[in-house]
Amino acid sequence: MTLALPKVAASYRAIRVWQRHRDVFLNIWWSEVIWGLVEPVITLAALGLGLGEFVEIEGEESYLDFVAPGLLAVFPMWAASAEAGWGSYFRMENLRTFEAMLATPLSVDDVTTGEVGWAATRGVISSIYILAVIAAFGTVQSLWALLVPLVGVVAGFLFGAVSLSYTAIARSISSLNYFFAVYITPQFWLSGAFFPLDKLPSWVGKAAWWAPASHAANAHRALVTGGIGWGLLADVAWMALAAFLFYLLALALMRRRLIR
Amino acid sequence: MGPIIWAWQVVKRYGSLVALDHVSFQVEEGECFGVLGPNGAGKTTLIRLMAALSPLTEGRLLVDGLDVMRQGRLIRQRIGLVPQHDNLDPELTVRQNLLVYSRYFDIPRPLAQKRVEEVLELFHLQERANNRIDTLSEGLRRRLILARALVSSPRLLILDEPTAGLDPQARHLVWQKLRQLRKEGLTMVLTTHYMDEAEQLCDRLLILHQGRIMAEGSPQELIEGYIGREVVEVHGVSPSHRGHLQGLVASAMGVEMEEAEGVFYLYVRHQDGIDPGTLRALGRQVVYRRANLEDVFLRLTGRGLAD
Repeated sequence: MTLALPKVAASYRAIRVWQRHRDVFLNIWWSEVIWGLVEPVITLAALGLGLGEFVEIEGEESYLDFVAPGLLAVFPMWAASAEAGWGSYFRMENLRTFEAMLATPLSVDDVTTGEVGWAATRGVISSIYILAVIAAFGTVQSLWALLVPLVGVVAGFLFGAVSLSYTAIARSISSLNYFFAVYITPQFWLSGAFFPLDKLPSWVGKAAWWAPASHAANAHRALVTGGIGWGLLADVAWMALAAFLFYLLALALMRRRLIR
Repeated sequence: MGPIIWAWQVVKRYGSLVALDHVSFQVEEGECFGVLGPNGAGKTTLIRLMAALSPLTEGRLLVDGLDVMRQGRLIRQRIGLVPQHDNLDPELTVRQNLLVYSRYFDIPRPLAQKRVEEVLELFHLQERANNRIDTLSEGLRRRLILARALVSSPRLLILDEPTAGLDPQARHLVWQKLRQLRKEGLTMVLTTHYMDEAEQLCDRLLILHQGRIMAEGSPQELIEGYIGREVVEVHGVSPSHRGHLQGLVASAMGVEMEEAEGVFYLYVRHQDGIDPGTLRALGRQVVYRRANLEDVFLRLTGRGLAD
């Protein structure tokens, strides 16, 4: 038996979808970003400076230094997932944006690709902002941190593709709550962004290996602290492969939903 | 030049539901072609097939010579589709909506800008060009949706219930624009369940019922073929007079009769049908009127409540 990969009918026209989202974003960006602007600063101050007074982590100068790169993994994860979750669902079912696009030369695969690409973009916007915030708190220790947006693209594409795959099978907008409660929120807290996993039972670490956010957290920690090595490469490769597989899944599920 | 739409034995099934059942028809260039039918007749399904948005189950369907099963992208490059439901981008302005849409067609920027201004003018939307969509009335949004479908200069305009839910003023404005476009030679296919809309706009139409074509022709041909010149409605016939009325119709030349909800409909082909005085003696109220498309429609699809 051979495993046939689905034929991808996406084209450069996916950029047209991305451009549409960019134009809308530029019209209403303030209301779109306000939450993402405030939350990381509060989190960094509360955990890093507040809670950090009482916490000591082996091999780290301060808890603030430990938390800062973790934020680069989890907040962009939220931004990308929310975009391809609630955002894409709302466009698909409420605004009928996909219907309008599909009446033109755009294909379903173009729309799927544009949606995931835009989710990745929202992730990267969040990455760059958080990088500036943690730099302002003085926690960036290496110039390798300049590569954060690049890793952010890979991670954003991965979270966008996972989230859109779920959106494609969601029956209602409220059923997306399951995805965020059961899949995104645990990764937010338990992927090694806020505390190291190696003091926990070994099965936790093994389970975390399957969570994309743990690889995003490791990769960002390596870039910000300058801990460059094979580990970084392995984490990025893991995310790139998963991104590709979930992208194929999103294509297949969106076709099943939109072509009847 | 062949027909712009060529449908042969088109079948569309959704599981066990047959939405279209061996439908064949042609649309010639420059025509305004109507697809008339009650809700659930298969009108929207037919539109989805013509726009290559949904695969056929059986049969063949060519649009402008292109096969919907293999050349969907090319077909959609050449058509303008007016959807039944509003799918404008509410966070964008009127002009931005048109520009974003023209990008989907890969229209080069300078040409797109020119086309956008042209359709804004055609639909009298210039003053609203910088307004957000949420500030527009229902009628203005419909106009913008029409304008948007024309921004790519399509060879064929496909409209799904173009005036559904509009007030009379807005409806007439849309009709006026569509008539103007028809006069300019644009080919149009539209679905509707408004008989007056079909009569006003369409050169030719087909009546669809439960996925099958019941009749096809110009509005005039259909009326003359299925009804005749005139319809006489006889209301309030007492049970004792029914037999008399039926006998009268049976003996008259070229008169057919149907009964629905206690009203008798007499379809009269010739001027000298039945003596009006006799009819008045049989019913409480007798109404004479011209036959119209609605009679054809109801005759073919049943005057009773469709399920």
